[in-house]
Amino acid sequence: MTLSRRINRSLGKVPVWLVYLVGVLPPVWLFYLGVVGQLGVEPIKALEHKLGELGLQMLIVVLAVSPLREVTGVNLMKFRRALGLICFYYILCHLLVWLILDVGILSQIWGDIVKRPYITIGMVGFALMIPLAITSNNLSVRKMGGAAWRRLHKLTYAAAILGAVHYVMVAKGFQIEPLVYLGLILGLLAFRLPRPKLAQFS
Amino acid sequence: MAGRYKSSLKWSDVTPKADWMNRRQWLAAAGATAFSIGAVPAMASLGAKSSRYSTDETPNTFEDITSYNNFYEFGTGKEDPKRNAGALVTDPWAIVIDGMVDKPGTYDLADVLNGMTLEERIYRFRCVEAWSSVVPWVGFELKDLLDRVGVQPGAKYVAFETAVQPENMIGVQRGVLDFPYVEGLTINEAMHPLTILSNGVYDEPMPNQKGAPIRLVVPWKYGFKSIKSIVRISLTANQPPTSWNKANAREYGFFSNVNPERSHPRWSQETERRIGGGLFAKRVPTLKFNGYGDEVASLYAGMDLIQNF
Repeated sequence: MTLSRRINRSLGKVPVWLVYLVGVLPPVWLFYLGVVGQLGVEPIKALEHKLGELGLQMLIVVLAVSPLREVTGVNLMKFRRALGLICFYYILCHLLVWLILDVGILSQIWGDIVKRPYITIGMVGFALMIPLAITSNNLSVRKMGGAAWRRLHKLTYAAAILGAVHYVMVAKGFQIEPLVYLGLILGLLAFRLPRPKLAQFS
Repeated sequence: MAGRYKSSLKWSDVTPKADWMNRRQWLAAAGATAFSIGAVPAMASLGAKSSRYSTDETPNTFEDITSYNNFYEFGTGKEDPKRNAGALVTDPWAIVIDGMVDKPGTYDLADVLNGMTLEERIYRFRCVEAWSSVVPWVGFELKDLLDRVGVQPGAKYVAFETAVQPENMIGVQRGVLDFPYVEGLTINEAMHPLTILSNGVYDEPMPNQKGAPIRLVVPWKYGFKSIKSIVRISLTANQPPTSWNKANAREYGFFSNVNPERSHPRWSQETERRIGGGLFAKRVPTLKFNGYGDEVASLYAGMDLIQNF
């Protein structure tokens, strides 16, 4: 049996609810660390940044599911919805920390969303994820029909690019890390571009 | 009701809420002190005198002001300087003073400090990134040094330069900014009594991550103007280049006075958050000239501070 088939067989035994359970924990844990003073002297920014990074990391994982299957045969499709919803949850927590703990002043929040391009871009990216989260259930797939549902969920690609650009724009000076995220996301999207079929010997 | 536990404690025995809330801060401060005493037994008190220019606001803890810094030579993360600045070599240390001065030369740090009266200046300190702290600096007025070397009549600006030790500075290796870091002031700003060269905090020698062994402190400007680990001071006729202005002129001007009315293109400057306040600390309004307007507003009489940001 090949390695990928062995991995797939083990993955088959992992219940999806376990992925949800594990996925829910990091923000809760980080918030707890913040409350007890373990996130440094500026815990609000630390929490906000860590949640944003978690969201981007999960976006990369979600985008990697189908290339991973194509290249290695390892199949995570069963978990993709859970991973997508967990990603939405991380970004939502990131946004809530910014709204409530970081800024917390309504007029300034609105001003930031309208006037600051990196915040505008981040907000648009989040807004694009809302219909995706709402329709991440079997009923929606049935009601919309598979083709329309898949078309809607291509918004993931736009949200991912906006999220990465949002991160790049926050950085001061020349910083590698945001560019690595952007590069990974663009690479995973490029994988989905139509590829010319290679000539095959038969 | 029988047998219910009765406490002899009264409400007057309860620890005040503020103290209880601050217990970790207190422990952290005690820990930091114990650590610094343990690790550096010979660390001498600088014996700074108090100053009328100090704010009566409570300074942030030593832990606060040395754990959350921008010092891009040692990385872009706020915790990076504390982690990486131990590599900075601060002894021997000399400062080149040149340009339009009567006595140019390379001055050993000890000669620069010799004869200076060290004062404790407790200043509000506002980062351009909308966070702030209160720091008990130790230092002397820059004017005292400039007077000693003799500023020539044509000098209009003072340029500063930070040390570059590529092998010790991870940020320099990565090319985060165009190093050496450079900054500048007008001669009037440099001669202002609030402007100090600082060689310590909390009456102890300057920690590396805070700009050892000697740095500038200009409390009414955003923190990045207060250049760290200075190796060169030049008096010039023309406005000198400054690092963040070179990196992004749209966002960072030469003056960079704290000004809630002039927002940074990427964020508002109307409010700030004092570090060390925990997860539920609220923002507070930012004051023009960081609250030092009575002392320094006259330096900019008639100037449009939105244009000249």
